[in-house]
Amino acid sequence: MNTRTQVLLWTAQRASAALLAVCLVVHLVTIIYAVRNGLSAAEILGRTRGSMAWAAFYTVFVLSIAVHAPIGLRNVLAETFGWRGRGLDVAVLVMAMTLVMWGLRAVYAVFV
Amino acid sequence: MTERILMPEPGLPPPHASRLSPHSRTLSVRVWRGTESGHFQTFEVPRLESQTVLDVVTDIQRRLDPTLAYRFACRVGMCGSCAMTVNGRARWTCRTHIDKVAEDGRLEIAPLNNLPVVRDLVTDMSGFFDKWAKARGQFRGATTRRDDFARVPPASPARRLADAAIECIGCGVCYSSCDVVAWKPDYLGPAALNRAWTLVNDVRDTGNRERLAAVAGDAGCHACHTHMSCTERCPAKLAPTASIAGLKRATAIASLRGELEG
Repeated sequence: MNTRTQVLLWTAQRASAALLAVCLVVHLVTIIYAVRNGLSAAEILGRTRGSMAWAAFYTVFVLSIAVHAPIGLRNVLAETFGWRGRGLDVAVLVMAMTLVMWGLRAVYAVFV
Repeated sequence: MTERILMPEPGLPPPHASRLSPHSRTLSVRVWRGTESGHFQTFEVPRLESQTVLDVVTDIQRRLDPTLAYRFACRVGMCGSCAMTVNGRARWTCRTHIDKVAEDGRLEIAPLNNLPVVRDLVTDMSGFFDKWAKARGQFRGATTRRDDFARVPPASPARRLADAAIECIGCGVCYSSCDVVAWKPDYLGPAALNRAWTLVNDVRDTGNRERLAAVAGDAGCHACHTHMSCTERCPAKLAPTASIAGLKRATAIASLRGELEG
């Protein structure tokens, strides 16, 4: 991986962290609100089904996680286990794609 | 200890009048012996007034064991050659008074971390300085001796940033204290990056394009976790963390502009 890509990964992780900070606050407030008004699947689905706003919000949330977590994990694996090179990059890319796939599937499930 | 060159602190008796401290007459000093593998050897050393850790090491070498290897030169905090790990923290031994680090009369002296040990308290600093070269720590100007002096206003923002980081004497304390250096042996480290930052802010220098490429990425400034151990322990009170943050900004901008080579 060339230096420019490494720098772009670092920038992407910081940018996704900023997005995650906002998403987490909205998510936590929503959880507290949901619990106080009776925690049930029906109520949650009633809020999210057909709502483009919630679908867009959770899509951004999922994509931010899918960018942020694998880049961080790449650093952790390199620093803790000395794992470097293409094998590591492929592994975290697979993780990122898995997070996107599972996350968007969950968003779709509460939307339709 | 008969030879004392350090000047006494104001209000204290002169060095030649040093005498045993009333509350503890001796120090128990554990000193690393060997290379990468080795052991601590314990020495009993008289405790004196205004005694530094370097005084203790010198006392051991001159009086108790002449085979002890250690490195020093100026004894006044100018050369940066006497840095060692004292009770677990990297310090200049010449500027560290026993009173500050061994109140209980116990001292453990080891070579600097993150550097190969040559013998006893002497580390091989070549890797440390090679990284200064890798970070393009050499000044590269565009003028000759026939040109006039460059005039850099002392109050200009770039000059102030360079001034804030320029007093590094290359002692290796920050490098030895850095967790990321321990985890990533190819990481350039705080001192080399701090040096690069001074040149990034040197308006006379013409090598910044290559320099920013050299200090960016996984082995460069972007590996820093901002633990700030370097800044906390720098004996010269510099802030390499701030320099590294500056490099992160400069390289991120260069990257987005497509100016980052490599």
